[in-house]
Amino acid sequence: MDAIDRRLLDEYQHDLPLSPDPFHEIGAHLGISADEVIARLQHLRQGGAVSRVGAVVKPGTAGASTLAAMAVPPVWLERVAALVSGYAEVNHNYQREHRLNLWFVVAAANREAVATVLDDISRRTGLEVLDLPMQQDFHIDLGFGLQWT
Amino acid sequence: MDVTARDLDVLAALGDGLPLCRHPYAALGAGIGMDEGEIIDRLTRLRQSGVIRRFGIIVRHHELGYRANAMVVWDVPDDQVTEIGQRLGRCPEVTLCYRRPRRLPDWPYNLFTMIHGKDRPAVEAAIACMAGREGVGHLPHQPLFSLRRFKQCGARYGQPRQAAE
Repeated sequence: MDAIDRRLLDEYQHDLPLSPDPFHEIGAHLGISADEVIARLQHLRQGGAVSRVGAVVKPGTAGASTLAAMAVPPVWLERVAALVSGYAEVNHNYQREHRLNLWFVVAAANREAVATVLDDISRRTGLEVLDLPMQQDFHIDLGFGLQWT
Repeated sequence: MDVTARDLDVLAALGDGLPLCRHPYAALGAGIGMDEGEIIDRLTRLRQSGVIRRFGIIVRHHELGYRANAMVVWDVPDDQVTEIGQRLGRCPEVTLCYRRPRRLPDWPYNLFTMIHGKDRPAVEAAIACMAGREGVGHLPHQPLFSLRRFKQCGARYGQPRQAAE
């Protein structure tokens, strides 16, 4: 990763240009061609540093989502995690250090569709699924300030 | 603002990310029967109204060297949760800050903050620093460190395009 990659990541986490040829606009700002911007993003994505170029939606404003938690017996964890990750509606799925050891986010068009996924997971695993929907969002999202060391 | 079914189509199409090509909005629209102008108009409106709170490069913390993260959960008296939530939500250490319901007796915590760091000691230090500075260290709280990431991708708010199995 070089200085131009770092500038890309520092400067374009919030507002990608909403113009017909945004990578050209970014390239003009960074002093490189549109094709090079695209190649760099593809490379960063392949390397895993970039998840995607896209939108972070404020929870509760479009569709419905929730954070769910399960206490999975450790010997079943990988199987249950794979089952949970198999749902297209699940977008984050982590093992965390707690008795409630599996945490995942479910997003769908509406609350009913979210509840259906949670019920389905509970039915298929025989385990309780804690439903913890967001009630208030306090974070002022400034993106992630990366410290380059 | 009202988010329409057409807006949800745009957000769903963006779930896998904007195509990395010249005229990506035209390419995105081609898949869902919208022209470039409509995509740009809708995204601009969603961004300005705050439905989209960031639009751009979404990084993976882990791959950039931020290998530790903890979801720190707090049990805050209901009459203080808004004030404390607003304060913690502004802390530079915090990348997400939400109020969620308690589920008693198993789950007493009602405020969730996410903290990323280069390693576990860095996250622990950030939590201690923030707790001291904000005067919240006396509240019951617990860091739930991430041990494994099974899945991380964009949310798909539209109708699922594939079955779960």
